[in-house]
Amino acid sequence: MPKLITQVGCPYCGASCDDIEVLVSDDGKKILETRNACVIGNEIFHHVSNPDRPKRPRQRQTDGTMKEISYDEAIDFTAKTLIKAKKPLIYGFGSTNCEGMSAVARVAEKAGAVLDNCASICHGPSFLAIFDNGYPSCTLGEVKNRADVVIFWGCNPMHAHPRHTSRYSIFPRGFFTNKGQMQRTVISVDPRETDTAKLADIHLMIRQGHDYDLFDAFRTVLRGYDIPAEVAGIKKEQILEAAEKMKKARFVMIFFGMGCTHTDGRNHNIDAAISLTRDLNSITKASIMAMRGHYNIAGPGQVWSWQFGFPYCIDLSKGTHAHMNPGETSSIDLAMRDEVDCFVNVGTDAGAHFPIEAVKHLKKHPFITVDPNICMASEIADLHIPVRVVGVEEPGVVYRMDNVPIQFKKVIDGPEGVPSDEELFDRIYIRMCELTETEPLWIHVKEHAKASSSQVE
Amino acid sequence: MATIKLKPYKTPELYLEGFNISPDVFVGKSPSEIASLEGREGKTRIELGDFFEVSGTTGATASDTNILIDGDCSRVKYIGNKMTDGSITVNGNADMYVGGWMKGGSIHVKGDVDSFCGIAMEGGDIQIDGNAQNYVGCAYRGDWRGMRGGTIHINGNAGNDIGTFMLGGTIIIEKNAFIHVSTHAEGGTVIIKGDVQGRVGGQMVKGDIYVFGNIQYMLPGFKEIGMIEHEIVGEKAMFKHFIGDLGERHPKSKGKEIFGNLYLRAS
Repeated sequence: MPKLITQVGCPYCGASCDDIEVLVSDDGKKILETRNACVIGNEIFHHVSNPDRPKRPRQRQTDGTMKEISYDEAIDFTAKTLIKAKKPLIYGFGSTNCEGMSAVARVAEKAGAVLDNCASICHGPSFLAIFDNGYPSCTLGEVKNRADVVIFWGCNPMHAHPRHTSRYSIFPRGFFTNKGQMQRTVISVDPRETDTAKLADIHLMIRQGHDYDLFDAFRTVLRGYDIPAEVAGIKKEQILEAAEKMKKARFVMIFFGMGCTHTDGRNHNIDAAISLTRDLNSITKASIMAMRGHYNIAGPGQVWSWQFGFPYCIDLSKGTHAHMNPGETSSIDLAMRDEVDCFVNVGTDAGAHFPIEAVKHLKKHPFITVDPNICMASEIADLHIPVRVVGVEEPGVVYRMDNVPIQFKKVIDGPEGVPSDEELFDRIYIRMCELTETEPLWIHVKEHAKASSSQVE
Repeated sequence: MATIKLKPYKTPELYLEGFNISPDVFVGKSPSEIASLEGREGKTRIELGDFFEVSGTTGATASDTNILIDGDCSRVKYIGNKMTDGSITVNGNADMYVGGWMKGGSIHVKGDVDSFCGIAMEGGDIQIDGNAQNYVGCAYRGDWRGMRGGTIHINGNAGNDIGTFMLGGTIIIEKNAFIHVSTHAEGGTVIIKGDVQGRVGGQMVKGDIYVFGNIQYMLPGFKEIGMIEHEIVGEKAMFKHFIGDLGERHPKSKGKEIFGNLYLRAS
């Protein structure tokens, strides 16, 4: 009799849906069906049953081919490489749980590495703006129940976060928004006519790269000053109309994405957006939220801020303190400037996401990929270590885009002998301690993890 | 003034963190003591002598000490970090954080510098003969107190984020700049002799900006209020006077709102 598991978390996008239902075969080894998930989430659940999925580490040989090796050999190689490197870079973590992030932090501290996550090429600039200007944010529940003017600035949830609009931002009927979509005014700011822009009541087709100018125009208008006839390719009348909608709203919600964080100005675009949110709060209620990409990309920001005081781009090579300054300690800059001599890619695909020049620089040195699947980073790596898939074969805590922690479930057993990220990094840490003849320091570790890692020993 | 000479003879594989290259640290030390001062290359502790030949003498005080780096420092960070007095001359390029957190003295780089030149500077002079990358005279991440005093003079071009969160001091860029000049500034003066692409004075509260060339995209929060004649860095010219950023908060003095000033040379 197949078993239906309810309230399962979806390990795909930053909306981190936790209402998925998964039908599992009697032996608990195969996923038969998923319900409530979007098309991409559904695919993630079925992906684990792919027969071609690697189940043992593979190391590149001198002739360029990949050969299967044991986990012990892979762990030994990784530990030795990290110890030998003058400045290793450990990057990734969009798609793993907080337990794995905490475990890798111990490895990074031991290795004197730079610890960075996908925010570096994603919402990192948002962090910098938040450092400078604060973060007047809320939860997605508040958006659902209160927001009547929703602004999507440089983001396209219809494609990137498929259930975001139906669960939180446009369609759902909430406590004060019981008419759902009928009650909400949707404003899209995007240089292209995306599917989200098509849904919007007002689409401001901004000139690409001029977000800061438009934020400045809104702020100037809200303070009662005049603006030029056209700003960032948008007519003054349209700006005044949108500003009027915001002023008359009961609750304005600004969602922003890569269109803001990775066009010219980057953190300053978000900085201006935060200032606009603050200005709006003198007239009505307003809030702002980053459209985080992966289901737990908010996790490293939470875990590492607690452990080291910084959310990303953390240079631990000093030994005495953590240093963070994106532009210097950010992954792409480190790679382009040839400032690292070892690269570990965890739970992401730097091979696909980094500029080709950065990848070429990284490839001059040992390149290790930790990922459940075959991806571009695994295929160019010197060593590929497969792990269990979080949210499907491994439970754990994840942080949704509004920084709400959610306990994800395990629905089926992982392939035999394949460790989780947390187990793998704890074993690498133990091996590094053996090699350097030091005692492991189990700080920030959960009791059960401590017990299981001592069994490994 | 006594001169101590550092001659680079080896290029670091990664980048060398030369946070001890400062007259304040060198003063009263012999060349061999200076050669054994700590530096960092990634997590490895190195000595300055591993990369530089040290010769000459240091003065009795930091103000009597001149450090001459006779060669290229493209892979050396933190030259003149936190220095309070004396002088440093680099006969070549330098990497990031030249004169970072500097309080006094002078630095002269005869080549180019990378980003974060004069970050969180409080006093002294920095002269760069070549170009500078981004973040000239900016604040450290999250700090609302940027450059507070001193002068940075860039003879070439500069990138983005010039004088972010600036409170005082002067930055002069002889050629062009990219975007974001005096963002969030609450004081200080930035003079750009060439062109700027845009975002000049965004979220600016107080302070002065002079642009001698063109601003391709003027921010909507700046309003022209008239013409004015000014003499600045030895040049007398007519300027269009703009005030802003009108979208930002502004303090009041004697009942009048104080704005940031942007002076754009009238062609």
